[in-house]
Amino acid sequence: MRMPFRLNLTLGLALVSLVILGAVFAPLLTPHDPILDADLMNSEMPPSWDHWFGTDSQGRDVFARVLYGARVSLTIGIVAQAINSTIGIALGLSAGYWGGWWDDVVNGLTNLMLAIPSLVFALAIMAVLGPGVPSLLIALGLTNWSWSCRITRSAVMSLKSQGYVQAARTLGYGDIRIMLTQLLPNIVGPVLVMATLGIGEAVLAEAALSFLGLGIRPPAPSWGNMLTDAREAIRSVPWATIFPGLAVFVTVLGFNLLGDGMRDWLDPRMQVRA
Amino acid sequence: MGRYILRRLLQMIPTLLAVAALIFLIFSVLPGSFAGTMTGGGRRALSPELVAQINAQFGLDKPLPVRFWDYLVRLAQFDLGTSFRTREPVVDLIAARIWPSLQLALSAMALAVTVGIPLGFLAAMRPGSLLDSITMIGAVSGLSMPQFWLGLLLMYVFALQLGWLPSFGYGDGRLRNLILPAIALGFAPLALLARTTRAGVLEVMGSDHIRTAMAKGTSPAQMIRWHVLRNVMVLIVTTLGLQIGSLLGQALVIEKLFSWPGLGSLMVDSVAIRDIPVVQGTILVIVLWFLVINVLVDVIYAVIDPRISLR
Amino acid sequence: MSGPLLDIRGLTIGIPNRSGPPVQIVRDLSFDILPGEIFGLVGESGSGKSASALALMGLNRRPLTTLRGQALYGGQDLLAMSRRSMRKLRGDRISMIFQEPMSALNPLARIGRQIAEMFVLHRGLSWSEAGPKAVEALAAVQVPDPEGRARAYPHQLSGGLRQRVMIAMAMACGPDLLIADEPTTALDVTVQAEVLRLIRGLCERQGTAVLLISHDLGVIAQMCQRVGVMANGRLLELRDAKALFTDPRHPYTQGLLAALPRLGSRATEGRHRLADLDMAIDRDAPDFAATYLCPRGEAA
Repeated sequence: MRMPFRLNLTLGLALVSLVILGAVFAPLLTPHDPILDADLMNSEMPPSWDHWFGTDSQGRDVFARVLYGARVSLTIGIVAQAINSTIGIALGLSAGYWGGWWDDVVNGLTNLMLAIPSLVFALAIMAVLGPGVPSLLIALGLTNWSWSCRITRSAVMSLKSQGYVQAARTLGYGDIRIMLTQLLPNIVGPVLVMATLGIGEAVLAEAALSFLGLGIRPPAPSWGNMLTDAREAIRSVPWATIFPGLAVFVTVLGFNLLGDGMRDWLDPRMQVRA
Repeated sequence: MGRYILRRLLQMIPTLLAVAALIFLIFSVLPGSFAGTMTGGGRRALSPELVAQINAQFGLDKPLPVRFWDYLVRLAQFDLGTSFRTREPVVDLIAARIWPSLQLALSAMALAVTVGIPLGFLAAMRPGSLLDSITMIGAVSGLSMPQFWLGLLLMYVFALQLGWLPSFGYGDGRLRNLILPAIALGFAPLALLARTTRAGVLEVMGSDHIRTAMAKGTSPAQMIRWHVLRNVMVLIVTTLGLQIGSLLGQALVIEKLFSWPGLGSLMVDSVAIRDIPVVQGTILVIVLWFLVINVLVDVIYAVIDPRISLR
Repeated sequence: MSGPLLDIRGLTIGIPNRSGPPVQIVRDLSFDILPGEIFGLVGESGSGKSASALALMGLNRRPLTTLRGQALYGGQDLLAMSRRSMRKLRGDRISMIFQEPMSALNPLARIGRQIAEMFVLHRGLSWSEAGPKAVEALAAVQVPDPEGRARAYPHQLSGGLRQRVMIAMAMACGPDLLIADEPTTALDVTVQAEVLRLIRGLCERQGTAVLLISHDLGVIAQMCQRVGVMANGRLLELRDAKALFTDPRHPYTQGLLAALPRLGSRATEGRHRLADLDMAIDRDAPDFAATYLCPRGEAA
């Protein structure tokens, strides 16, 4: 089973690059504006040379909206997961290293977070904060750190008894310094894998929240709220449903394949477990 | 065994309390007044008397710790409060939604188990084969697909284009109405189970005791029956439990999309109108389900794996 | 003299190699095993002895790139046999025990049931008939409280007991040949001797021949009538055990024996360590390629 892991990594990298490039170069890739080009004379046009993905029921170019939507999705996915990873690593490192009552607290908190499905939790936070990008970052960034925390914690617990960590301690290194210079570099691999997979989850969650009308406020383009609009007109404008969803799918697939591929690459033994 | 289960169930109480405290805290920092929300989105200026009256009616004029204590006391009596919107007891609202929710979640899970596990098995039997490749590609795709998009596509093809199945609604719980939302909800767990099963089978098949079984002269069928099936179950029961436990929460968007009268759509609707007691209540029920399933998984685990003892 | 029980001729095994052409891990291996004899195959790890044994049983994990030669058993070639007829032989006429008693048993099945399988598979018994036979088999390998142990799971037994269970399983059908691949390597020294004695006793009683694979010359010396020395996938010396230990011919064998601690000698004095041995032997020397294969019945 050697071929699939190369395939994972390559295909994942290709899909993720495709989405990132599309987001970055959106203005160069399409002459249409995602919001202002509403032209009712041109509404509900099927895909054509002028409108690659067709137009929606308000006459906006679906391709342009998908491209600009990538900016929103990627930003939220990456920033929210960065927050998650930071929280998870900080708690996992400190809990695994210090142990004791602090470990109990972190453990309890992690179990609590695992018990509340993250989408449910995020929805509750969105209910409090209202729609918008900052609320989304908070809602998605604070609710999905438990796995990173667990993995970091267990890795640190097995690392801390090893010789070089003990040696650093005898040399009089401070705790924080040991954590950051001795432990962190050794857990970077699994943490990066978790983060990559987490970006995909965050993109999915953002789409779901926006679809429910609690994420990005229209008319700003987001794949989730595009699907909300498209749902009303799915019979006459199916392409407005197909393409934004496809964009979410391709993005999440890219991050998932990349994460899987990285895991196989870092730890060939894990290939079988996948 | 009975004692163990009882103790585990009692151990859920602190977690539930913590969840209750957490959501209580989150909703008590809610900006804007309940009174404003209740009487029409807060657009009109309300007379201070009216605000005070509404706050008093729902006990919102008391200080936070007192309110939390009251909340806990009522919780202990299985009283989840009164809906801001309908003025009905939250318990009644939730009770009416539980059966449709379970119906959908369990159908989705049944689909995932009956298709995902055999698929993972078949794929692992011939690693690298066409079936294996298709299964693995399908699995990672299933995990990457937004479930509500899949729901929309299913709705478009099977309801709107072909007209075989109703596109939304509960339809008094008829099977016809259940099929599309159950597929949309069950696809991701199906994918995950296929993947976990495949990995589990490969792990078991690579272990030393399988070589012993072959040295004994077992046929492939006997080997699987005697030495693989149960060992694989041990490896996938945790994943299975996590999936079942989180299914009520996963169902939010699908229920809303298919207008399915379950807990998820109750929560989404209540969030939209900021009906806080209902939101709190549904979250508690969803968490309770997760915790109960967890206990169940641990019990099943101990039953099928003699190395685990219940203490 | 009766004919050999198993006659291996020119066994050659190649495995795929990630970077480069396939590697031949066993080259042109020929020896035979007589009915009821204990034949030892000795060599360091990686010398190809386990791979040869697995190939005889058709149990190689990964597909082999080459499998040449013959292994004649009762006129049939084991290497060319159909899967179905091989399954009939495995466990019944030829059985095998492995090095790792910790993982060789199914952790989720009761001991009794795992032994009973042998009778269900090869004697056509029902599970209820096979149960008592399994308890008998446990008693035959001197497991205390066989009935209780039959109901136990592997993790509840010590390593030594588990290896006895493996032996009970392997000997359940009274096979013609037992392949024991490092049967005592993973065990405590005190348990090792008991297990070896048990294997010898059972095989003598049932007339079972043993192919004993070990890197431990002590074990080989204690058990075997004839010994083959393997290194780098080739058989270097095949002798009567006594002759081999008193008068080793091949430089490799001489090195191996010199590395053995002698009774009464101080461990540190006059003894090569195994690491030195590896350095001392020039595997490319023309002398190394020579083989010393003596016919059966060689005078001691």
